[in-house]
Amino acid sequence: MWFILTINSVTLGGLLFLLSAGFSLIFGLMRIPNLTHGSFFMLGGYLGVTLIRFGLNFWIAAILTALIMAAIGVTVERLLLRPLGGNAMQQVLLTLGLSFIIADLSLMIWTGDPVRVPTPPGLEGTASLFALQFPLYRLAVVGIAVIIAVGLWLMIERTRLGAMIRAGVDDAPMARVVGIRVSALFSVVFALGAALAGFAGLMAGPYLSIYPGLDSEMLPLALIVVILGGTNSLLGALVGSFIIGFLFNFGQVLFPNLAYVILFLPMLVILMFRPQGLFGRLT
Amino acid sequence: MPADALRFSGVDVYYGESHALHGVSFSVGEGRVLGLLGRNGAGKTTCMNTTVGLLQPRRGDIALFGESISRLGPEAISRKGIGLVPQGRRVFKRLTVRENLVVASRRLPGRQAPKWTLDTVLDEFPRLRERTSHYAGNLSGGEQQMLAIGRALISNPRVLLMDEPSEGLAPQIVAGVFATIAKLKSQGLSIVLVEQNPKLVIDIADDIVVLNSGSVVIAETTRSIHEKNIDVSRYLGVVSAEDAVS
Repeated sequence: MWFILTINSVTLGGLLFLLSAGFSLIFGLMRIPNLTHGSFFMLGGYLGVTLIRFGLNFWIAAILTALIMAAIGVTVERLLLRPLGGNAMQQVLLTLGLSFIIADLSLMIWTGDPVRVPTPPGLEGTASLFALQFPLYRLAVVGIAVIIAVGLWLMIERTRLGAMIRAGVDDAPMARVVGIRVSALFSVVFALGAALAGFAGLMAGPYLSIYPGLDSEMLPLALIVVILGGTNSLLGALVGSFIIGFLFNFGQVLFPNLAYVILFLPMLVILMFRPQGLFGRLT
Repeated sequence: MPADALRFSGVDVYYGESHALHGVSFSVGEGRVLGLLGRNGAGKTTCMNTTVGLLQPRRGDIALFGESISRLGPEAISRKGIGLVPQGRRVFKRLTVRENLVVASRRLPGRQAPKWTLDTVLDEFPRLRERTSHYAGNLSGGEQQMLAIGRALISNPRVLLMDEPSEGLAPQIVAGVFATIAKLKSQGLSIVLVEQNPKLVIDIADDIVVLNSGSVVIAETTRSIHEKNIDVSRYLGVVSAEDAVS
């Protein structure tokens, strides 16, 4: 049991990282608490499985899903969020309302039945090591999350675009004064966040299935990850994701009556004693 | 008569309903240094922030080499050729020295070779070359000021705005900063220098504008200030008149 719980925890951690990395970047740069992020996750899953039903290979469907979600993200940012001009309350209400709309539309299009996503060919079985059986797909999810984490880290820390994003996070008005098109960066980051969330949604399909309410189940987990790890910290998102992955799975099995206490208590403690999160910085 | 590099024409700026600049007009000649003086709250930094597009004038116009920039955003104004060394330096603390410079560098239109590149900026400030991989937040105040100047220069501005570059620095560092300003002036760069210390400004500026409560109260050449023995200090309240013009 412990072994399966550990594997499930690590897998959920990988998925949560894909979800929360974008959420953290968007909040860090744009100060937008994007409550549509869970919906992007669920929508990605539904879109991906629809593409697979059209006969596309799982991985091509995953890439197309990410691109479609990026386009949806840019549209939301440019047409809906930008006119609000940074008003946090309006952003919260708008993204919350949008998440309800996406939930209803998804229910209408994909019905209320859980949609099972087929495991990609070649990853259905298990691998044996030291007499232990490792489900291949879950290992692949963790591997992909780690590869994306490294890719994101390289992009943020080692490229001019990443330096511009960090400059925008540090001091957005000054970044504009030195000629950085911060509004274009907002679109790039929002698109990236939405793409990652959508991609994660499809990746979650073979493991969690896609069903109505998945959005509102995943969003609080992403919020806890970001609060625990610290906003705008990829390392914080990575570490926070795996902590929450373990707390969620072990908490539900070992203390089912206290599962949410175990999940939220660390967040409360962090907020009280280290409000910037484990790896965040006070601004 | 040299062309106006930067011209304020009857500029009114408000913070909400608070009227911060009252019909401010002055101009900076090409290749000249204009010293902008005034007490705290006189409107100096408001002038700088309005020039770079962080504030929008409610009335009046700001023109760069004859082209209006008062309705443009900060990114566009930067690309038109205005560089700012802001008050408090405001380097990007979580970026390295090199990254601070790289994010502000850009290609010039056409095939024009930029005067300021990463290498030429680091040549100008050898201290920064030793610290290219250090985070800007870990630099000393003087090093941060060099970085703020370098970051403004690497965009190859046609007009450089410097908002209190001596603030919070040791006298030796201030001397170095003003030596750099003198060098930039000798290279023909148009500069607006905001300072509270009139002695520093009058030594280097060609023209002086004094603001008081958001209005221009003196706009003269430095020579006129000397010749007419104009008492600049009564609008500043920090240095005696003799010190200010000596």
